[in-house]
Amino acid sequence: MSQQHTPQRPSPNVGLFITCLADMFRPSIGFATVKLLEQTGCRVSVPEQQTCCGQPAYNTGDRRTSAEIARMTIDAFAGYEYLVAPSGSCVGMIKYYPELFDAEDPYQQLAQSLADRSYEITSFLFDVIGIEALQAQLQQLTIPRTVTYHDSCSGLRQLGIKQQPRELLKQINGLQIEEMTEAETCCGFGGTFCVKYPEISNRMVSNKSEFINDSGADTLVGGDLGCLLNMAGKLQRLGKDTPDALVEARHVVELLADMLDTPGIGEQDVRRLKATTPTTDFALGTEITGSAAQPRK
Amino acid sequence: MDINTPFFKARASEALQDANLQQALGNLKQGFPHKRAIAVERMPEFEALRDQGRDLKNHILEHLDLYLEQFESKVTENGGQVHWARTGDDANRIILDICQQVNAKTVTKGKSMVSEETGLNDYLEKNGIQPVETDLGEYILQLRGDHPSHIIAPAIHLNLEDVSEAFHAHHNKPKSDDPVTLMQEARDALREKFVVADVGITGANFCVAETGSTIIVTNEGNGDLTQTLPKTHIVITSIEKVVPTLEDMTLFLRLLARSATGQEFTVYNTLSSGPRREGDQDGPENFHVVLVDNGRSEMVGSQFQDMLRCIRCSACMNHCPVYGAVGGHSYGWVYPGPMGSVLTPKMIGIEKGAALPNASTFCGKCESVCPVRIPLPKLMRHWREDEFSKHLTPKAARYGLGSWAFLAKRPALYRQFTKASSWGLKLLANSPFGGKKGKLESLPLASGWTDFRDMPAPQGETFMQQWKKRQNAEQTDGDAS
Repeated sequence: MSQQHTPQRPSPNVGLFITCLADMFRPSIGFATVKLLEQTGCRVSVPEQQTCCGQPAYNTGDRRTSAEIARMTIDAFAGYEYLVAPSGSCVGMIKYYPELFDAEDPYQQLAQSLADRSYEITSFLFDVIGIEALQAQLQQLTIPRTVTYHDSCSGLRQLGIKQQPRELLKQINGLQIEEMTEAETCCGFGGTFCVKYPEISNRMVSNKSEFINDSGADTLVGGDLGCLLNMAGKLQRLGKDTPDALVEARHVVELLADMLDTPGIGEQDVRRLKATTPTTDFALGTEITGSAAQPRK
Repeated sequence: MDINTPFFKARASEALQDANLQQALGNLKQGFPHKRAIAVERMPEFEALRDQGRDLKNHILEHLDLYLEQFESKVTENGGQVHWARTGDDANRIILDICQQVNAKTVTKGKSMVSEETGLNDYLEKNGIQPVETDLGEYILQLRGDHPSHIIAPAIHLNLEDVSEAFHAHHNKPKSDDPVTLMQEARDALREKFVVADVGITGANFCVAETGSTIIVTNEGNGDLTQTLPKTHIVITSIEKVVPTLEDMTLFLRLLARSATGQEFTVYNTLSSGPRREGDQDGPENFHVVLVDNGRSEMVGSQFQDMLRCIRCSACMNHCPVYGAVGGHSYGWVYPGPMGSVLTPKMIGIEKGAALPNASTFCGKCESVCPVRIPLPKLMRHWREDEFSKHLTPKAARYGLGSWAFLAKRPALYRQFTKASSWGLKLLANSPFGGKKGKLESLPLASGWTDFRDMPAPQGETFMQQWKKRQNAEQTDGDAS
């Protein structure tokens, strides 16, 4: 899987923060992230001493545990130029680390340094590396897709991630973006919120599912696995009788890294997306159709 | 007002099943946020105004005592009187006292959330004085024995049929479901009250220190009749409403109208600067301002100080997906939505109010629209910290967090746990129970999730396991070459 580094580029030393959800539920997100980083000339390591960013403790009001986990994460990433994670939410948490230490605590400055060096993957690729480095690497989709992008809350409002994933996705040949209504409205996941207030969470994700389905997209894309598990789980529950019409949910890095050979989130098999306009699917040797498959005029 | 905040979850559950309420909330969502967005787009300097509003409020809060004293001395100079109420009960007693001094039997009332906070109406009624709400929404609520579910659209939870029934029961007129007819009925009924009222009570959106003025902004004009017709005008408001100058006030008026209803300016902006002077054609003979503290001065200098910047525009609740799902009454006390989730625990205690700051995904939408940039999610988190430090966090959450933290602090053990969990869940998903569908349709201990949605199954080995294998393979490749 090792990639050629882009020549004549400094190769930043990046520590991957895998995030607990991607680690457990969808390692392919981690490998897609690594692939993108390596394609754009980064040296990637995965520090052993990482676990979770500490957000569950922080949002439950347990500052002591949050600080202990923060200290551990700060140490784990001490030697890296950047921390990159496939999640705006976890990076958002790392940005809170400086608040967890008193001014005189040496970890306060270390926390600030880590916060300043930490990036969500699409923002790292777009804002730090630059889109040109990635452009050459992007593959044409074998099957055209229409995607709709859900803006996860922390990424959007805390980190200002909005155009980065869209600009990157637009570079992919055969991919069209169709914005859903209220792309910026919370999906109702909210970490422990979805189990503390399941009925409210359900209403929120039900609304979200309606917007996703109404968008006409065949693929739901996002940058945070928590939200994606929530939305994919709801879309599948709602559409259990019409599995062929289901919107496929994927993390943005899977599309950017052209790693679509794994099933969509919560699916058993790689699914061929439904389409209505004839196009030739060279990879599978079958004809597929889809109005959604037409590039935007 | 009864405190029902501890029952938030049950009330929210009922609200989610209430079709009428859901329809009303849908209308709200289509209304105010949309209008605000248009108003903001038409004003390129809006974001800069928000900064100014935040900074000015911070300045005021740093010098709150100074401006309040200046306000008091100006009111006195104008011939009015300022009363200081430490608690809501104090405020009610002061107001009753004034009413009794002028032998009041009925009082008219403009809309005031502070009077909801103190429970003024009940108190006056118990003491033989009939308060009459004159804001249309509040009037409807009063007829129904109901309370506001929103701070600027108090009857937003009701529909036309509810209003029609309430009016039919009280107005002695044939039942009508025509909004114009209903409006006229309310107008006729209220005109009689305006004329006979002995005292008019209003709130205040701002208190201007340099002139000793209070201002109310309304879209119905009811406040003007409430405060100019009776002989006595009592303003009930809270200490953080003071602003230094009229110029400062206009900054907040510009922010308030746009943030609240998307109007560029509210229809009626009425200033009161003391009792009627010689030569004035109207106005009250007596002018009183009751300044309520009720816990606010304790917030100054605390981690909740930022909350005192609030100008009660309602933008936070209008944009909140939780408020939009469950409505204002679910919150169980006076102030709903994100601002209520911060204020309520201060006023009723975190022991009773903890459900509210927990009922947030911290999506941050509220903060992003707040005209004075109150970091509402951060303040809600501070309440969770307070709750946690007082051991009030529910046991299940506490134990869950404790076990998770134990693992999260021990990477080697944590790897074993994630490995086993991924494997276990994957196995379960592939078993006949899971239906081999790449997902789980029910899970013990996670029914809050699986009651409503599927749980995508893990892919198999964890990333860390696979990464290690890749590292080892590369190592071997390297050795071989």
